[in-house]
Amino acid sequence: MADERSVVELTVNGRPYRVEVSPRWSLADVLRHRLGLTGTHVGCEQGVCGACTVWLDGEPVRSCLLFAVQAAGHEITTVEGITPAEGLSPLQEAFHRHHALQCGYCTPGMLLTAEALLRRNPAPDEATVREALTGNLCRCTGYQFIVDAVLSMRPSGGED
Amino acid sequence: MKPVAFDYVAATTVEEAVNALREPGAKVLAGGQSLVPLMNFRLSRPSRLVDINGVASMAHIEVRERELILGALVRHQQLVEDPEIRRSLPVLSRAAQHIGHWAIRTRGTLGGSVAHADPAAELPALLVALGATIAVVGPEGTRELTAEAFFEGFYTTALAPSELVTQVKLPLPQGAVGFKEVVRRPGDFALAGAYVERLGSGGAVTWFGFGDRPRRFSVREWPSDPEDRRHVWVELVRNVPVEERDQYKYELAVAVAEESYRDAGGEE
Ligand SMILES: Cc1cc2nc3c(=O)[nH]c(=O)nc-3n(C[C@H](O)[C@H](O)[C@H](O)COP(=O)(O)OP(=O)(O)OC[C@H]3O[C@@H](n4cnc5c(N)ncnc54)[C@H](O)[C@@H]3O)c2cc1C
Ligand code: FES
Ligand code: FES
Repeated sequence: MADERSVVELTVNGRPYRVEVSPRWSLADVLRHRLGLTGTHVGCEQGVCGACTVWLDGEPVRSCLLFAVQAAGHEITTVEGITPAEGLSPLQEAFHRHHALQCGYCTPGMLLTAEALLRRNPAPDEATVREALTGNLCRCTGYQFIVDAVLSMRPSGGED
Repeated sequence: MKPVAFDYVAATTVEEAVNALREPGAKVLAGGQSLVPLMNFRLSRPSRLVDINGVASMAHIEVRERELILGALVRHQQLVEDPEIRRSLPVLSRAAQHIGHWAIRTRGTLGGSVAHADPAAELPALLVALGATIAVVGPEGTRELTAEAFFEGFYTTALAPSELVTQVKLPLPQGAVGFKEVVRRPGDFALAGAYVERLGSGGAVTWFGFGDRPRRFSVREWPSDPEDRRHVWVELVRNVPVEERDQYKYELAVAVAEESYRDAGGEE
């Protein structure tokens, strides 16, 4: 089978791109290796770890399980897209304040999942936060500080 | 790892998809949440992928008086969130909530779950529990199969290679349907799960997560005593053959059936 290339047009973090891809390239690999957006991490390539989570038209998806050709005509948001040009976003500040990261490998996926949750539900209870984050594995923090950081974003802040 | 090279066809109609599937080695790509992991590890090596995500006629949700009609492309997260589905068939929304994780559910589709036929999957078992019919389109036209006939065994269905699942018809149950499953971690596939329907003094139990496919058993009359009910579960579940290493699941199945029975009755 010839590994033929085709050109896809997609929007990433609000910016239009035209990029030549092979159908077998995952969106995660194209973001990292073609577009230089290395915030999206690749852990397992089987949908389990969540490190590669991005938004497809605003909804969290696994970029290791989506071929870049499938993103044609869609809007992709990566962690770079939810990071201000200067400094950190309020959620990123909260992660910093609560020690919600150590090695940082899971962090982009955690931020995108949590940010998507908070945009839909600005005052989630702890069970809702934990349910949303079940799809993102962290080998360092033990999760509690991540949950604390997300909960601190509620208008009422802090604990339940 | 990375998948082997394949040729990619983005279908926009059922006809286009069926035509493109005539090529030997071609496979349907729906949500990709089961197929792409297999491809990434080269356990599956299709020579062509027919992407059906752009087939608009397969994404419908239609609530009728007695049935719910769902296109094959309805995503698991829609099953969770759609207000009409939550109202007309709440057990479907509750079961779908247990499929993997949010970012899996936003992509994974009903048709994909049905065609993949994992014996531990929530949706195929609910289709069997409710007596759903599955509509399939192929080069020879359309046919409708009962869920019972569609699921043949481990990851095995009555679907021919160039056929497409287009929609599922779920009769709305007359009784109350309970749902419970046992998992090691939230989002995992079930070790054992059960749907129990209570209608009058009888009903049915459908187990999944062990054996080669979901199995449904009718029960003429539920004993009111929990200990007597336990005997019913124990008797019935022995009809599901399991491998040696899964013998412990009989215990889980009995426990989860009782919980599901109570769930159907609105008991704790
Ligand atoms: C981390 C993780 C956890 C998961 N946990 C669960 C879980 O707890 N419970 C559960 O049930 N599932 C789980 N899944 C799987 C998920 O539900 C998938 O969405 C589903 O099994 C397949 O649907 P899909 O649309 O992604 O299909 P795809 O992966 O695109 O396709 C799967 C198979 O079905 C075929 N196919 C797809 N659509 C059609 C169609 N319309 N007609 C004919 N053939 C078709 C494909 O060719 C392929 O062979 C999990 C997946 C992941 C990655
Ligand atoms: S790399 Fe995609 S989920 Fe792990
Ligand atoms: S901070 Fe290291 S994996 Fe989460």
